[in-house]
Amino acid sequence: MLNFELLAPELTLAATAIVVILLDFGVKRKWWLAAVSIIGLAVAAGFTIAMWGGSTALFNNMLAVDSFALFFKLLFLVIAALVILASADYVAKFRRFQGEYYALVLLSALGMMLMAATSELISIYLALELTSISLYVLVGFLKDPKSTEASLKYLLLGAVASAVLLFGMALVFGFTGQTQLGDIAAAIQGMSLAGVLASPGLIAGMVLMVAGFGFKIAAVPFHMWVPDVYEGAPTPITAYLSVASKAAGFAVILRVFYSAFGLPTWLSLDWGLLFAILAAVGMTLGNIIALTQTNIKRMLGYSSIAQAGYLMVGLATVGFASAGDIAGRSGLLFFLASYALTNLGAFIAIIAISNKLDSDLIQDYSGMARRAPVLALALTLCLISLIGMPPAAGFMAKFYIFSGAVQHGLLWLVIIAVINSVISAYYYLRVVKVMWMGKPASRSKVPSSMALRAALAISCLGVLALGLVPGFVMKLAEMAAQMFAF
Amino acid sequence: MDFNYLTTIIFLPALGAVIIAFIPGLSGRVIRWLSALFTLVPLALSIYLFAIFDRASGAIQFEEKLSWIPAINAHYHLGVDGISLPLVILMALLGFLVVLISWKIDLRPREYFAWLLLLETSILGVFCSLDLLLFFLFWEIEVIPMYFLISIWGTGRKEYSAIKYVIYTLFGSAFMLAGILSLYFATGSLSMVDIAQGGLAMIQSVIPVAAIFWLLLIGFAVKLPVFPLHTWLPDAHTDAPTAVSVVLAGALLKMGGYGMIRVCVSIFPQVAREFALILIVLAVVNILYGAAITLRQTDLKRLIAYSSVSHMGYVLLGIFALGQVSLVGATMQMFSHGIITGLLFAMAGLVMHNSKERDLRKLGGLARQMPVIAVVFSVAGLASLGLPTTSGFAAEFLVFVGSFTSAAVVGIKLWTILGVLGIVITAGYILWMLQRVFYGPPLDKFNKVKDADILERVYMFVFVAVIMGVGIYPAILTDIIKAGVMPVMGLLGG
Repeated sequence: MLNFELLAPELTLAATAIVVILLDFGVKRKWWLAAVSIIGLAVAAGFTIAMWGGSTALFNNMLAVDSFALFFKLLFLVIAALVILASADYVAKFRRFQGEYYALVLLSALGMMLMAATSELISIYLALELTSISLYVLVGFLKDPKSTEASLKYLLLGAVASAVLLFGMALVFGFTGQTQLGDIAAAIQGMSLAGVLASPGLIAGMVLMVAGFGFKIAAVPFHMWVPDVYEGAPTPITAYLSVASKAAGFAVILRVFYSAFGLPTWLSLDWGLLFAILAAVGMTLGNIIALTQTNIKRMLGYSSIAQAGYLMVGLATVGFASAGDIAGRSGLLFFLASYALTNLGAFIAIIAISNKLDSDLIQDYSGMARRAPVLALALTLCLISLIGMPPAAGFMAKFYIFSGAVQHGLLWLVIIAVINSVISAYYYLRVVKVMWMGKPASRSKVPSSMALRAALAISCLGVLALGLVPGFVMKLAEMAAQMFAF
Repeated sequence: MDFNYLTTIIFLPALGAVIIAFIPGLSGRVIRWLSALFTLVPLALSIYLFAIFDRASGAIQFEEKLSWIPAINAHYHLGVDGISLPLVILMALLGFLVVLISWKIDLRPREYFAWLLLLETSILGVFCSLDLLLFFLFWEIEVIPMYFLISIWGTGRKEYSAIKYVIYTLFGSAFMLAGILSLYFATGSLSMVDIAQGGLAMIQSVIPVAAIFWLLLIGFAVKLPVFPLHTWLPDAHTDAPTAVSVVLAGALLKMGGYGMIRVCVSIFPQVAREFALILIVLAVVNILYGAAITLRQTDLKRLIAYSSVSHMGYVLLGIFALGQVSLVGATMQMFSHGIITGLLFAMAGLVMHNSKERDLRKLGGLARQMPVIAVVFSVAGLASLGLPTTSGFAAEFLVFVGSFTSAAVVGIKLWTILGVLGIVITAGYILWMLQRVFYGPPLDKFNKVKDADILERVYMFVFVAVIMGVGIYPAILTDIIKAGVMPVMGLLGG
């Protein structure tokens, strides 16, 4: 039986994307495109909320509609809506293809929603490709040399990562004979310890899958593309990449590793340790390289590598936790939500400022507090949140994810992580310093449109709300972490 | 339901900050008066609390408890006892006085007063929080206003000092966060009261208790500061604007001492006893090294800054002597040092502002041009070296008597005697400083230098009145501090 109504959010999004492309031919006022996209996203979000609490599978267990997937779907819808709001001015610079721009954002959001829901290797791969191909195009949308180079780099490295991922999946399939995650888990648990050890290909498959997904989440050492792509891409797309694409990667990793490789315990301890090491290396390297950056988009690129490191602390915790323990998973989900709002807020402020300055160099932000006090205040709040200081969301997120890690004997990793937070304070505060203490280069104000202001207000209020009264979202994260269909 | 005194006291300054920051078009004059209002009311309320506080009881009073984040069992839990109430009053008092001290600030006054008020809220919050997460939240918020206040309104290498302050503090609080997380994992609770009362029996963990103790202690030791983590302090003080130095020395350092009593000693009495000797040795190093290095200073503010290092050594000594009298002394010393050093910094600021000179080698003979400042500065100096009838005497006397007689630590007598030597050096540098600034032949270049104006005389008077008042009748504070220390002694089993 096919319950198509369970696909309502995805179908809405696909339909909206097509409508937006068609509308592009007809309407003169292009802001209609953004408005229609937002309406589509809102309807899809409505469907998603209505389904909250259920837990079903679709298409012979290929898609799971559980709270975990719904949590991520909601997250992607919110992110896509904020990105579209933030793009409204930016896109006006393009003379053509505005419809395609919005449609591609919607389609990649659709891909991510499917990524969070799929519970079968081949459909995971398809969802991932739908997301990636849309993003390859979006990165090159500016058509200047930097943007084109970024797009090509992203495409080539992404293709390699996909190949590696596919190879890993093939190996796992070869040794278990299954593609459905639940069946893989059953097959592995059915094997004896000697049987698993006698099939090194299975472990190799897992490791290759980590590498393939590691590309998506920008984990060291699969991070090489990040700075160039972040710098070259249109800034709203950089924001989109840095939060949505990363969150989708984590959603898939969490589902695959928890559902398929969660048992036996020694296996999950193994990949838990692997993620712990990747986390330690990632945050240290990301933070240290970020210290020397002079371009704010590149700096946030390295910072996002470091943030991926903090997030992997959550993955490591999932590996170390026993099956029923939700500590690592809920911490990860909450961190993703808070990171999404924070990074989006920061990028939206940067979009507004660079619209006027036409520069992404940190030194050009000098005296921004005089020229655009509200933007400067918002960017300061987001940077403080990225450091992980109260009263911003980043603090609660770190507290929550690290408390799970300490519970499962990862105190060493937490100490590395908190020291890394201190290092990161230096480069985040450098931007704050330039904005508030530097001399303004000119006296002209920095204007911002209503759409940008709305997007900025939503993300900053979200950052404050998650930082001061995080109870509600934590509750959602806990429910989502509990409800795995598989 | 009762009136939520503590919430009101804590958040009124923050409300003022929001109003000042977001209502456009306020003139500097209005901003100053608003700041004064939003700090005067908390001061009045805290004095009222002091009046209606049950002085005989060691229990937590004016408690407020609401569920805050159910998922991690965190509460919005406030309350004061005999240890924290004096510090709340101290901060509320300094909060009001620094607004007066800052009256002449005309560089970006809107931002300045907003940050200053936010700073007050965060420090008051630290002293009132009984939930570890809430405590940490306020503890960290304080860094942001300090960063802006030092780096925008400071002097000299202000940006270097500001970032140094931030990095040191965050470094300390990183360890503290790890400690709080470990404690939370070990006990499943974030309530300071519950954990302290449950004792070590609640702690079931693979992480050694001693490790948790040290993680937390490092966070507090950076703030107090304890040698060798003190090097941020002279830089921050030297380059901060006067009012910020007053808050920094007056109330911010006390967060470290307060944290040690409230968390390290109350939650880990056994561990504290085990490591007390190490900390006492560090305290003596703080006292003597801090005092010795103070002698060599030629910059007026740097000199007072280093004297704080030395004086905070007394606090550390009193805390880890783990005796009842010594703990009362340590708390008393925190209050008294807050007022005395606050006044010293305020006076140093006036001397610098009026004479445009801060190098001790170039100052001299100012007693003729600024007689009022000279007298008040001397009173503060004498209080700082512990002259009887000032609060400094009462506090230091209690610390030394309490430490000397404490039975909790072996060999404490020798270390206490070494510590007392610090007083001698203090007398040396204070008197020498006063001599170099105010006495000697009057210099012609200072002929046009003005004395304190009426506003400055008002706040000087308040400072001196508190110093003398507490010095002459110390029981007004020691009574309630003693009641507050009793439960801690119960936990220590002494």
